[in-house]
Amino acid sequence: MSIEQAQEQIVEEFSEYPDWMEKYTYLIELSKVLQGFKEEYRNTQNLIIGCQSQVWLQAEYVDKKINFYADSDAIITKGMVALLVRVLSNRTPDEIANAELWFIEKIGLNTHLSPTRSNGLASMVKQMKLYAIAYKTKYNV
Amino acid sequence: MIDIQAIRKDFPILNQKTYNHQIVYFDNAATSQKPQIVIDTTNEYYLKYNSNIHRGVHYLSEKMTEAYENARKTVKSFINAKFQHEIIFTSGTTESINLVAFTFGEKYIFENDEIIISQNEHHSNIVPWQMVCERKGAKIKVLPLQYNGELDLNAYKKLFNDKTKIVAVNHASNSLGTINNIETIIKIAHEHNVPVLIDGAQGIQHQIVDVQQLDCDFYTFSGHKIYGPTGTGVLYGKEKWLNEMPPYKGGGDMIKTVTFEKTTYNDLPLKYEAGTANFVGAIGLSAAIKYVEIIGMKNIIEYEEMLFKYLKEKISKVPEIRIYGTATNKICLISFLLGKIHHFDTGMMLDKMDIAVRTGNHCNQPTMQFYGIEGTVRASLTYYNTIEEIDYFIDSLIKVKQLFG
Repeated sequence: MSIEQAQEQIVEEFSEYPDWMEKYTYLIELSKVLQGFKEEYRNTQNLIIGCQSQVWLQAEYVDKKINFYADSDAIITKGMVALLVRVLSNRTPDEIANAELWFIEKIGLNTHLSPTRSNGLASMVKQMKLYAIAYKTKYNV
Repeated sequence: MIDIQAIRKDFPILNQKTYNHQIVYFDNAATSQKPQIVIDTTNEYYLKYNSNIHRGVHYLSEKMTEAYENARKTVKSFINAKFQHEIIFTSGTTESINLVAFTFGEKYIFENDEIIISQNEHHSNIVPWQMVCERKGAKIKVLPLQYNGELDLNAYKKLFNDKTKIVAVNHASNSLGTINNIETIIKIAHEHNVPVLIDGAQGIQHQIVDVQQLDCDFYTFSGHKIYGPTGTGVLYGKEKWLNEMPPYKGGGDMIKTVTFEKTTYNDLPLKYEAGTANFVGAIGLSAAIKYVEIIGMKNIIEYEEMLFKYLKEKISKVPEIRIYGTATNKICLISFLLGKIHHFDTGMMLDKMDIAVRTGNHCNQPTMQFYGIEGTVRASLTYYNTIEEIDYFIDSLIKVKQLFG
């Protein structure tokens, strides 16, 4: 499934929840996907500091693809993080670097990504792209 | 008792829905809403009288200057200062504290001297003093916080020695709501001949402030927290200090004569008001203070105490509520966590239910470190909030709890 298809799938899932309460209940549900984040990854090197909630992001390069592992101390943020991991993990550096993320706006959760929201999500997307560029340079792919 | 329905009509912003429900604004400690009279006064002065103060000989300039100096008079009588020139207009509490920290520091603080601040200060009453310490080689001594949110005044007495130069504490805590016993804090400091600065950012709008009775040396506050425009603030200082301390910023209005060899500075209060002041802002602030005076501070206190009693009682019954700051004497502010739910999650969900609260560390990281937490949810109320809003807030908290389990 391409990044585009993954985004379309998420939009379709969320279309079943027009009500904000259902939407957030679903986000809480999604946050559970991220369970099992390894304690050794929960270090300051992987920490993306937001004023309100914190996000930990670990990247690994396997078989020319980047795998992301992430966690957050806040559940709503964690649900959003789960969506970002779902869309961007297990992709080539090129795919990640060139990805245009439009699904968040489409499902009506874009306020979470605006740079003024200090929950670390906007920084997380930036960090994911930086990893992609770094691996691209390192392995010349 | 105040007529709450009439008052709410004076605050047009409260009569709107943010999502589905009428907005419940419980973030008054961050900034307060503006009554119509403040908006109208500000508009009127831009529409009819806009002109720079203290300079022009023409009609508009004279009108504006008069209104600006009348605003100073309003502030003077509101806090009962002895002289009008003891009122300095600033951009807010932060600038007022920085002004004192810098100029007092220049004149009186030297190597190994000590500054006492409490463990429960807003960053803007910590960092300016740390900057003085760095510049001058002085030290901060911390007046310790007790678990219930009150300051430990027994420990405070023991902090003084002949190196102590100034005490800086808040009137009311922005993160816990404690109204500090500033009368005693000032008295003890004065027994050691040490002056005291009070950060009144959370005090001025909830308490009667009489600077002569308090005998504080400096009192600082922000206009926007007492229903006035943003970017306005006040520094009250005793004449003696303001005369002795050096100027802060250089520029127009703060000088008497300027030659390239020597400049002489203006008298108070203009000595501390370099450049074009936020004069329309000050006039708006004066309108806000007059509005408060019409309602009456005593009525406001009485109503807010009633609201707080109700809120405290109701919130204590919410399952797994953890309240931070349980002092007896508090402004209408509650800092809390809901079971193990992250403060950000609670705040997000309350927002979706049209309730505005603040979440995070409230520019008060040392206090959060004291409790071993990352942050709290803070509901801060004022006299335009209602019992019905509290009921809706409590119902919403229970919903949030159910949602996250």
